[in-house]
Amino acid sequence: MSSQPSLKGSSFTLSVLQLDNRDAEQAIEYLAAKIAQAPNFFRYAPLVVQLDGSEHQVDFETLKRGIEALDMRIVGVTGWQHEALKAQIHGAGLATMQGGAATSQPTPSQAPSSHANKDAQTPARQSAMVVKTPVRSGQQIYARDRDLIVLGAVSNGAEVIADGSVQVYGALRGRAIAGAQGDTEAHIICHNLQAELCSIAGSYWLSDQIEPDYWQQPALISRSQDALQIETLQI
Amino acid sequence: MARIIVVTSGKGGVGKTTSSAAIASGLALQGKKTAVIDFDIGLRNLDLILGCERRVVYDFVNVLNKEATLKQALIKDKRCENLYILPASQTRDKDALTFDGVEAVLTELKEQGFEYIICDSPAGIEHGALMALYFADEAIVTTNPEVSSVRDSDRILGILDAKSRRAEQGLEPVRQHLLLTRYNPQRVVDGEMLSVEDVLEILSIPLLGVIPESSAVLNASNKGVPVVFDSEADAGLAYQDTIARLLGEERPLRFVQAEKKGFLKRLFGG
Ligand SMILES: Nc1ncnc2c1ncn2[C@@H]1O[C@H](COP(=O)(O)OP(=O)(O)OP(=O)(O)O)[C@@H](O)[C@H]1O
Ligand SMILES: [Mg+2]
Repeated sequence: MSSQPSLKGSSFTLSVLQLDNRDAEQAIEYLAAKIAQAPNFFRYAPLVVQLDGSEHQVDFETLKRGIEALDMRIVGVTGWQHEALKAQIHGAGLATMQGGAATSQPTPSQAPSSHANKDAQTPARQSAMVVKTPVRSGQQIYARDRDLIVLGAVSNGAEVIADGSVQVYGALRGRAIAGAQGDTEAHIICHNLQAELCSIAGSYWLSDQIEPDYWQQPALISRSQDALQIETLQI
Repeated sequence: MARIIVVTSGKGGVGKTTSSAAIASGLALQGKKTAVIDFDIGLRNLDLILGCERRVVYDFVNVLNKEATLKQALIKDKRCENLYILPASQTRDKDALTFDGVEAVLTELKEQGFEYIICDSPAGIEHGALMALYFADEAIVTTNPEVSSVRDSDRILGILDAKSRRAEQGLEPVRQHLLLTRYNPQRVVDGEMLSVEDVLEILSIPLLGVIPESSAVLNASNKGVPVVFDSEADAGLAYQDTIARLLGEERPLRFVQAEKKGFLKRLFGG
C-alpha cells in the first residue's frame, strides 16, 4: 500500500439546507427544531446550504455562526448564480460548490449522513439491504446505492426501490423499481411475477405489458438497449 | 398478564364490531375477565350489539377527559358476569383520543385485573384506528373474502408492523391473526369471492377463524344479543371455535365447504 497522499473524486450523501426565503435566523430556528428531534444524528454532521438562485442578500456570517453553534458544519454553499454572491460566500470563509441533485433528505432511521458511496475510480461495493418481513400495501422501501432483497412477498400497493437490483423471494404483486439512479445493468428477479409495475433505469412495464406466459412465474427482468426483456427463471 | 387485542380491518363494514362483541362475550363466558372498548368515537355501535345502549351514562371520552372515573363508565354486562363494556361517545369528536389518555385507561384496566382487553377499531387508517391499534399486543385482522377488503387488511398489517407501540419500541411484534368474515362457500365455488386459501396466500398470517355469511348475525344485532350465544347458527358456532383457538385450542375449520351437490348432480356431474 502506498503511503503517498492522493486526491480522488468521491461523492457523498449530505444533508442540504434549502434557503429559499433567505432568512438566516429563520433557517437556524428550523434546524434547531430538527436537531431537537434527533440530537445525535445531526451532531457534527456536514451540511450543504442551497440557495434559490436569486440575487437576494444572505447574511452568511449569521448563518455560519448559528449553524456552528448547533454543532453542525457547513461544507459549502450551492445554488448561487451571481459572482457578487459567490464573493460574499468566500468572504464569509465558506466554500462554493456546484451541482448536487437533491434527493429527499436522509432521516435518522437511515444510514449515517456522510458515508462515501461511490468512488471515482473503484466503485465502493455495499452489501444488499435484506428485508425479512413482507412489504405490505402502502409501504415503500428504498435501498440507496445497493441491491434490495425481500425475503417475503411485496403486496399490491407496496413499492420496492433500489439503486441496484431488486430480488423478491416471494410473490411480487406491487411495484419494483431497480436502477433508480439510472443503472441500466440492474435487474429484477422474483419468484412469482404479478407486479403492478416493473422499472429498470426508467424503462418500465405496467402489469398488462407483461407477457401472459411469464405471469405468476419465476422471472428475471433486465434491460437491453432501451427496452426491458424478460426470461423465465430456471431453478 | 393482560392481553390487549385490537379488532381492526382498514375497510369499513366488514364485521369488526360484530366480532368484537362476539369474541369479548365468548371470552367472558369462558371465565376470563374481559373489557371491550369502542374506539369508534362518534359512531357508537358496540353497545347496541351488546344490548346495553340504554344503560350508557358515561363514556370513553368522559373518562379520557376526566369527567368520569373508569369505574363509573364501565358497564357490567347482564348476560356474562365477567364482561365489561366501555362505550364510545356519540357526540364528541375523536381528537379526545390521546396517547396518554388511552394508555392511562388501559393501564387502569390491567390494574383492575382484566385478562382480556378487546379494542373495537373504527374503519380507516386515521387517528381513531391508529389509537385503537397502538397499544395492542395482538391484532385480529377482520377481512371479507373480496379484493378491496384484503388490500386494506394488508395495509393495516403494514401499519401494525411499523406504527404500533411494539414496533416503535422494538419489542416483539404485534401477534397477527386473520379472521375471515361473511364467508360464503357457494360464492367462492362460483368464482365470485376469494377462497380461504387465496386470502391466506396474499396476507400470509395465521388463520384464527372463518365466520360464514349468516342471517343470524343481523337477527342477533337487532336483538342486542351477540351471535356467539346462538348455538343453532353456523356463525355462532364459528365464533365459538374462533374463541377456543384464541385460547390455544386446536379446532378444525367448519362451514367452509359449499353444500353437497344433490344425488343426480353427483351422478351426472354439476
Ligand atoms: N357473518 C356475517 N353474516 C352476515 N352479516 C354480517 C356478518 N358479519 C357482519 N355482518 C353485517 O355486516 C354489517 C357490518 O358489521 P359490523 O358493524 O360488525 O362491521 P364493522 O366492521 O364494525 O363496521 P364499521 O367499519 O362501520 O365499524 C352489519 O350489518 C352486520 O350485521
Ligand atoms: Mg364497527
